[in-house]
Amino acid sequence: MNAPVIVFFVLAALTILGAASLILQRHPIHSALSLIVVMVALAGLYLLMGAEFVAAVQIIVYGGAIMVLFVFVIMLLNAGLEERTNVSKLAGFAGVPLAVALMGFLAAAVARSSDAVQTVTPSTVAPTKALSQMLFQDFVYPFELTSFLILIAILGAIVLAQREKY
Amino acid sequence: VIDFLSQHAEIIIMLVKIALLLFIVLTVNAYLTWFERKVVAHMQSRWGPHRVGPHGLLQPLADGAKFLLKEDPTPAGVDKFTYYLAPLMALALALTSIAILPFGPNPIHLFGRDIYLGIVDLNIGLLALFAITALSVYGVALAGWSSNSKYPLLGGLRSSAQMISYELALTMSVVGVLIGAGSFSLREIIGAQASRFGILGWNVFPQILGFLCFFTAAVAETNRVPFDLPEAESELVAGFHTEYASFKFAMFFIAEYTSMITVSSLCSIMFFGGWLSPFPSTWTFTHYLPSLILIPFGLWVIWDGVRYETVFGRLILPGLGTVITVVGAVLIAFPAINEFIQGPFWLLSKILTFLFVYVWMRGTLPRFRYDQLMSFGWKLLLPVSLANVVITAAVVVWRGH
Repeated sequence: MNAPVIVFFVLAALTILGAASLILQRHPIHSALSLIVVMVALAGLYLLMGAEFVAAVQIIVYGGAIMVLFVFVIMLLNAGLEERTNVSKLAGFAGVPLAVALMGFLAAAVARSSDAVQTVTPSTVAPTKALSQMLFQDFVYPFELTSFLILIAILGAIVLAQREKY
Repeated sequence: VIDFLSQHAEIIIMLVKIALLLFIVLTVNAYLTWFERKVVAHMQSRWGPHRVGPHGLLQPLADGAKFLLKEDPTPAGVDKFTYYLAPLMALALALTSIAILPFGPNPIHLFGRDIYLGIVDLNIGLLALFAITALSVYGVALAGWSSNSKYPLLGGLRSSAQMISYELALTMSVVGVLIGAGSFSLREIIGAQASRFGILGWNVFPQILGFLCFFTAAVAETNRVPFDLPEAESELVAGFHTEYASFKFAMFFIAEYTSMITVSSLCSIMFFGGWLSPFPSTWTFTHYLPSLILIPFGLWVIWDGVRYETVFGRLILPGLGTVITVVGAVLIAFPAINEFIQGPFWLLSKILTFLFVYVWMRGTLPRFRYDQLMSFGWKLLLPVSLANVVITAAVVVWRGH
């Protein structure tokens, strides 16, 4: 096992543990903290694949801005401990087999594609410049349209949040 | 042992560099508190600390000992895990950001190796710094929440709202610099500012709007006056760290001062040419400037020391002055060393200037009201920094044709 593989497994374990803890924690803030761990560990995985820009943006946008908003809202609402209810019957009957099936499909897909998976060396992955050329030249219309969609969503949120006209 | 050392030289050099940088940063931190108290005191016609050691120079040591030895009670009803995590996070992230900064242009030759000045040289240096800044809000926000107390909660809330609002302007304001340099690497950003005419090549002239926005937003990110609402002592007791005592409180303090150093370094690197001299490169006589500052300053310290009131001061200060004078003389005597310290000298002078500006603002400006803070950030800072991006991009495109 060389160093990148060890780092990969550490980060992967952190991601999965964080995700599990996100669900199992009873306090919203602790769940949010677990989600931050997931985001940062994911950024580490991107870094391992040589996608430095994506890794940094992952931390800035998801780890930073979005999760700060989550924490802010939880703090503002002063949400307390979650109450545990009895697990719904449907989740037991339908959920568990479905989860097992999903695991099976994923495992099969990964096992079948193992020949095609190649270790990525940083030189083969597009650096920041190539990424920005893709975004702003090749795919500029889809990119701008997406931005426009997000803008509309923000406007909608503001209109909904505004109680009275000033 | 020799074998082991030579095989793992890279790792050992890295560890030594980290230890050295930690030591320097923490010492500078300690004396920054002294500097701040002294400067603010003199602005307010007071003396500031002057009891512990000559001119209060040992006050930081006394404060450090006090922080370590004080009782450290944990209030009842706190969320233990988060309560302990918050100061650790604040301090760790603040110290990590220092590791990305470069401190000099040329590597140092020691033991047959080139040792780079700084811990790591990332080609996404600036983005990495922003990523760390984005996470550092959690230290403050979680401290406020986990204390399970009203004032800290208000402080934490204010802090997270403030961070979200000002991070946008902070990131937008450097886009102009990035367009000019074409790189996220801090070394290349400095390199792009090099010109034959020294100061005229610096980014601050074409990017004056960007600089003003960046510095304002950065001050807000570090929770310093006039943006120190998260710890506004007249409204929130001590804000987010009200329930923290002893060394956990000190950790927040160190984190705040360390991020001040980071912001000052970033301002110098991105807008004021980093380690570049402000003089034209042909003026080689300006290379004696460090000695010209150090020798008179050392002599002044000696002169001040022999007349000092206490015996202790009469012993310490002349010794300190002699050391400073000798360093200045060594720089004249060995031109190689003198050439080498030019870069670090200019970078440190610029960082110190910005740290002084920080203290100056604290001595001068009143605190923002919360609504003023929000409307300033969203309605002035963000549009201006966006306009700066548009103008810079337009100029670059126009020049390209």
